[in-house]
Amino acid sequence: MSVWAKHAVFEKNSIILLVGILLVVAIGGLVEVAPLFYLKSTIETVQGVRPYTPLELAGRNIYVREGCYNCHSQMVRPLRDEVERYGHYSLAAESMYDHPFQWGSKRTGPDLARVGGKYSDEWQRAHLINPRSVAPASIMPGYPFLASTPLDYEHIQDDMKTNAIVGVPYTAEMIEKAKTDLVAQAAVDDPGQADLVKRYPKALSRDFDGKPGELTEMDALVAYLQVLGTMVDFKTYDDKANIR
Amino acid sequence: MRRLTVDFGPKGENMAQSASVNKHITIGEGGSALAFAALAALSILIAAKAWTPAYAFHAYLFAAASVASIFAIFNRYYARPAGPVPQEIDGKPNYNLGPIQFGTVAAVFWGIAGFTVGLYAALELAFPALNFDFGLINFGRLRPLHTSAVIFAFGGNVLLASSFYVVQRTCHARLAGDIAPWFVILGYNFFIVIAGTGYLLGITQSKEYAEPEWYADLFLTVVWVVYLLIFLATLWKRKEPHIYVANWFYLAFIVTIAMLHLGNNPAVPVSIYSPKSYIVWSGVQDAMVQWWYGHNAVGFFLTAGFLAIMYYFVPKRAERPVYSYRLSIVHFWALIFIYIWAGPHHLHYTALPDWAQTLGMTFSVILWMPSWGGMINGLMTLQGAWDRLRTDPVLRMMVVSVAFYGMSTFEGPLMSIKAVNSLSHYTDWTIGHVHSGALGWVGYISFGAIYCLVPWVFNRSRLYSLKLVNWHFWISTLGIVLYISAMWVSGILQGLMWRAYTSLGFLEYSFIETVEAMHPFYVIRALGGGLFLTGALIMAFNIWKTITSPETEQVAAARPQLVPAE
Repeated sequence: MSVWAKHAVFEKNSIILLVGILLVVAIGGLVEVAPLFYLKSTIETVQGVRPYTPLELAGRNIYVREGCYNCHSQMVRPLRDEVERYGHYSLAAESMYDHPFQWGSKRTGPDLARVGGKYSDEWQRAHLINPRSVAPASIMPGYPFLASTPLDYEHIQDDMKTNAIVGVPYTAEMIEKAKTDLVAQAAVDDPGQADLVKRYPKALSRDFDGKPGELTEMDALVAYLQVLGTMVDFKTYDDKANIR
Repeated sequence: MRRLTVDFGPKGENMAQSASVNKHITIGEGGSALAFAALAALSILIAAKAWTPAYAFHAYLFAAASVASIFAIFNRYYARPAGPVPQEIDGKPNYNLGPIQFGTVAAVFWGIAGFTVGLYAALELAFPALNFDFGLINFGRLRPLHTSAVIFAFGGNVLLASSFYVVQRTCHARLAGDIAPWFVILGYNFFIVIAGTGYLLGITQSKEYAEPEWYADLFLTVVWVVYLLIFLATLWKRKEPHIYVANWFYLAFIVTIAMLHLGNNPAVPVSIYSPKSYIVWSGVQDAMVQWWYGHNAVGFFLTAGFLAIMYYFVPKRAERPVYSYRLSIVHFWALIFIYIWAGPHHLHYTALPDWAQTLGMTFSVILWMPSWGGMINGLMTLQGAWDRLRTDPVLRMMVVSVAFYGMSTFEGPLMSIKAVNSLSHYTDWTIGHVHSGALGWVGYISFGAIYCLVPWVFNRSRLYSLKLVNWHFWISTLGIVLYISAMWVSGILQGLMWRAYTSLGFLEYSFIETVEAMHPFYVIRALGGGLFLTGALIMAFNIWKTITSPETEQVAAARPQLVPAE
């Protein structure tokens, strides 16, 4: 009996075929995915990466909603031209609180992993409202409605609680103060800003949408864009310590 | 369980087995009706308390679909004969063709919808004013609509319809289940509607090719499990001792997609009244899980499933046996084992650890071999029938699709080599590669299968016009060539511009200059997409005429009358 004839056991028993398929397709994923959860070298040890403030989280949800990831990556590769164009290559630690990740797969527009602080709020607003007003050759859609849509943050605490369930270290205090923190971050000279910075080190507070007294989706999205890639201080980061 | 009895009139007495049997609500009918009633009640509750209008809209859609399902179940009950549907008529299997008819027509519909959205998105990149900047049709929301419509709506309906057909024919048995096949085909299409309208309204979890939110994912899981059970139960009814090779591929497709779907989508909803959820994975692990899913959506949805189509429809149409039985065994196990490893090639040079990237690259290069094994098995099946390519445009379409499969499964391993990937990644080269596979391989093998299926399942003597198939073939081939060559040039050009340095050691081009350079290629790409859509419209006309024209009516003696399920 040739060895080929032994294959008949799969061809004659659907359950054996089914189990065979399951075993064969499970191996690759197990080998590639499972170690990422226990190998300590997977995520670098760095200072500065913190959970998003409530306002930044709301902004991130707008980024997700509008599908920005379809055209913008958030992953600078360690290649000479990318490091010169965008800044220090991205670390795994920088997206460890991202549920889901936003690394993207296409750069129809530039990478945004380090866009925080590169442009003024005013530029970001003008660009989001009409990209061609600041970059005439841009092919990005405009998002003027962000500036006129009030930010819905009624359920921001639920968002943070859910993030805490999936592993983001939001404390009970952070969740309790979420709404005041959110309002404080988008205002000018709000007394709550001192507490906000204690909870979220280096959080920037200002009127991101340029409309004093109004809290719009533009506030949230610009706050998110301005924090991207700024949490780790690369002047003090030792990349030799994290060679994997 | 409520049991109803109704007198069974003389109308159905000619049906074998069923004369003078009291009519009962079956467990399937009663159980499904109860389940839908519960779903309707839950949906109405959620709609009333939903946090966003978009979510309320979806809840109402669920409620309406559930009520319609209950109505359809009872409507069908009153119209059907008392006894169970006969498994055989005159010694021949009584094949269940209704769900296949629906799936085939739905595939044509979604194909045209998906190609149209793709064309519009392509035009937005060439002429950004077309976004109109009010959110709903901005590129970021339209692109997932395009990808889901072509992959899951068009491709998915082709796979559902063809698998239901192939598993019945190769097992010589009627499809298992009574309501279940209809639940799968209608439920799947309902999932598509929820997913697609969700993207437009801003409901997405932003994982590529897995954008639908938690409630749509849950519903799809139920549909998919029923699909698996129908497929298995039909295999159990088979009259042939061996399970035909096409069914191995269908089974691998169904099982693996279930595994991938469950692995990539575990999420915690913010509330049952909110469409928003947060995925349990984060950062680098989420990236790895996503591309384990994403690449194998290509490997098992767009490859294994369509290889099943190849293994049935190419031999059938060419009237030749599959070239090599042994090659199909090697091809099958090697392909499904190796594909799963290839995901990390989407994450070269990222923050994913190098060992995972290297594994992904290695297996991607090895994957070239089983892929070409499959191509050779498909192409060589034509041995002794090559002359038919001149006279049968349907067969030609399928053979060209296998050639495109060979081409893109060579290009894929090439692009997964890290040095090549450092240039190609993030550029339009990837888009070109995807479309040579999607338009050439998946598109053409699907069109071929649809052209075969329509006369078979609608009981027509032939296609309305082979000449129109010819036009479809040549117009869309021209479209594919324009599309993929434009994307190759723009991708490589942009990749080279990003890394170009001046003699003084400065980056030569700003990002926006590389965007400007893409414009002519985006116009050519849209032109190619337009031609591909034109071809599909010709197909839709041809299919419609095939189903309705008196010219294609079945001659009575040509083949035994197949009695539809209902």
